[in-house]
Amino acid sequence: MSVRCGDRVLLSGVVFSARDAAHKRMVAALECGEPLPFDPAGQVIYYMGPSPAPPGRVIGAAGPTTSARMDVHAPALYEAGIKATIGKGPRSEAVRRAIVEHEALYLAAIGGAGALLSRCIKEAAVIAYAELGPEAVRRLVVENLPVIVVNDAHGDDLYEKARQGQAGARADEE
Amino acid sequence: MESVSIVRAEDVSKAVGDLYREINTHLRPDVLEALNEALAREESESAREILAALLENQDISREDGIPLCQDTGLAVAFVSMGDQVVLEGGTLQEAVDEGVRNAVAEQPLRASTVTDPLERRNAGDNTPAIVHLEHVRGDRLVIRLMAKGGGAENMGRLCMLTPGEGREGVVRVVVETVRDAGANACPPVIVGVGLGGDFETAPLLAKSALFRDMGQRHPEPALAELEAEILAQVNALGIGPQGFGGRTTALAVLIEQAPCHIASLPVAVNLACHSHRHGSVTLKGEQKRLAD
Ligand code: SF4
Repeated sequence: MSVRCGDRVLLSGVVFSARDAAHKRMVAALECGEPLPFDPAGQVIYYMGPSPAPPGRVIGAAGPTTSARMDVHAPALYEAGIKATIGKGPRSEAVRRAIVEHEALYLAAIGGAGALLSRCIKEAAVIAYAELGPEAVRRLVVENLPVIVVNDAHGDDLYEKARQGQAGARADEE
Repeated sequence: MESVSIVRAEDVSKAVGDLYREINTHLRPDVLEALNEALAREESESAREILAALLENQDISREDGIPLCQDTGLAVAFVSMGDQVVLEGGTLQEAVDEGVRNAVAEQPLRASTVTDPLERRNAGDNTPAIVHLEHVRGDRLVIRLMAKGGGAENMGRLCMLTPGEGREGVVRVVVETVRDAGANACPPVIVGVGLGGDFETAPLLAKSALFRDMGQRHPEPALAELEAEILAQVNALGIGPQGFGGRTTALAVLIEQAPCHIASLPVAVNLACHSHRHGSVTLKGEQKRLAD
């Protein structure tokens, strides 16, 4: 994969939103050998639970939630074929290992920029666990969703670099 | 008392509902100003980009009527009720809940309350709201309302320090809390600190401190100085906007204090994210003379 820690990327295509409750169910499904609501091979999960869509819009505010809460479940999903996750905040050691092992990515979107990110979402449909409301799994079509690469397959971590005062080194190169 | 001031529960509901909607789509001027100042201060390109995106976000929110953040928060109400006020047509909790329920149905705001912490069934309407009541002199009902998101709220902390740990201990607790919160609390954050009281008043003080306009320093010079010192230390952490490095980890440190036990020094830290949503409304009831 060509993108590296610190790269800023505009993402276009299909992503699936899922957060706490949906993760619990998806991982339970994996453990029982049942299928997930979508084929995880090569897909992207966005840790996000939107506010309801106002009239004429496909979705409401749609920024990332804290990824750490999904850390217990994330390795199993990377194992199942997920290529990238999007959220905010640092990941556990186990998740970072899974990212290296499966040559995957962890991306951050801007926390609290829900209205701005809403404009990048062109289609949204609930595909599973509708009873979970904002926590249902949604299939989203995004266009130019701004994200920054936090963890890459080389084991680098942008939050760690920031702590050591070297963040932005690569991000500012573009 | 010669007269009472009658406030109708339905007026409370209407005021709360309007305020809950308003604060979720209109970033406060003091936060806006602090973000603009931060943008002027930051040198790193990624920090500047993020701050610019947050400023754009609030424009879009205002224009499109889409909430600033998808986590439209639990509704937390601090109510000051004058001793002449009589609430008619329901309890304060019922009146606030009705307002919250209507706002969630209409805005639309996100349903973020689960009815049971372990079973975790979504209530669907963000009730019950969290209501704190203070009884004061006067004929008014003042409602201060905050939409409090989970990301920042989860990173708060209460420490029962010993008096010997003193000022230094307080600074350490606050700085460590912000450091450990890192990107999870959506920095730049606003840091509410509650000093003193007891095990439950310190966190209440910390949250109530967050209602202060960020342009105002604490009226007591010693506390104003402590706020400035902690803010400088927090911003020296280098966490920066969204945790990607920079000078702006916090926009303000706001302290409230209360008397406490000779054996205790409670310190509570309640963090608010940059999407710091709060406001207030004052209801003046209908005056009625009491019969002799
Ligand atoms: S911490 Fe604040 S800005 Fe960040 S996601 Fe939560 S409510 Fe939104």
